[in-house]
Amino acid sequence: MKMELIQPFINAADAVLSQGLQSATKVVNLSMEEAAYRRKGVAGMVALTGDIEGRIVLDLDPQTAVRVASHYAGADLPESDGLIKETIFELANQVVGNAISALNDQGFHFRVHPPVLVTDEEGAKTSEDVEAVIICFETSLGDVYMNVALRHNRRRMSDHARMGR
Amino acid sequence: MEQFSPVKRSKDGQAVRYLIVDDSVFARKNLARMVETFGGQVAAEAGDGLTAISEFERTHPDIVLMDITMPQMEGIEAAEKIVQAHPEARIVMVSSVGYQENIVAALQRGARHFVQKPVKPEVLYEVIKYVLGEDGAVASAAGAGA
Repeated sequence: MKMELIQPFINAADAVLSQGLQSATKVVNLSMEEAAYRRKGVAGMVALTGDIEGRIVLDLDPQTAVRVASHYAGADLPESDGLIKETIFELANQVVGNAISALNDQGFHFRVHPPVLVTDEEGAKTSEDVEAVIICFETSLGDVYMNVALRHNRRRMSDHARMGR
Repeated sequence: MEQFSPVKRSKDGQAVRYLIVDDSVFARKNLARMVETFGGQVAAEAGDGLTAISEFERTHPDIVLMDITMPQMEGIEAAEKIVQAHPEARIVMVSSVGYQENIVAALQRGARHFVQKPVKPEVLYEVIKYVLGEDGAVASAAGAGA
């Protein structure tokens, strides 16, 4: 996967997390996913279709998810609170929305699908044309993992090329 | 959260009433907290465009804060329908998807302004004052008892 596709997501996650948590964030690890994806805890997935297809998963271990959601709520939330899942969903939405705004300015068009909860312990293995990259952000409330798997939609891109877009 | 001088309706000095439309409970709560720090009052909430239209008819808010990507009916379509029926409606689109096509489409179909998520309270505050125009008045914090 090309870095030019991933970088807008890293920038967006950095901006969304640092603004929301009101503290600096840092990328502490970036790795290619070799085996099947293994969920860390509370994970929200947003799918993209269009010129670029794939999905982004924002994944926090349960304790970090509670701390992050409590920070946004302004009150301590119990681990069972539905607002924790909602918080992760909305953060994933914001990261994707900000990233695709940047990619749209480069001429890529998308449709963003509503976030869904990842409940499987393991995800699908990466394939030859869909590699996944896992980025770990260190925040003041714990580590936040972003798993990005995208590929160019070759048919759509060739359609655009034919139309001179 | 930062302190803001309350923004009131200039016609009667009452709190500005908001309709908050977003399919995310988290986002609605976040926006509700923000507008309350501006001295506003949440008249209603909705989780999709269709409900937004019916809640607008029921509550006649001063300002609508409307997400774009939602189930059943998206925000731009809901904004258009509300403005067609109520040209005076003040709708501010609030979305994480902030590319130009989206913004232009929203403004062309009746929205008054656009704020990108994550929402900075100070940005939303200025947009609300701008959108209210002469119909809004910034009260002094002491005078408002805040």
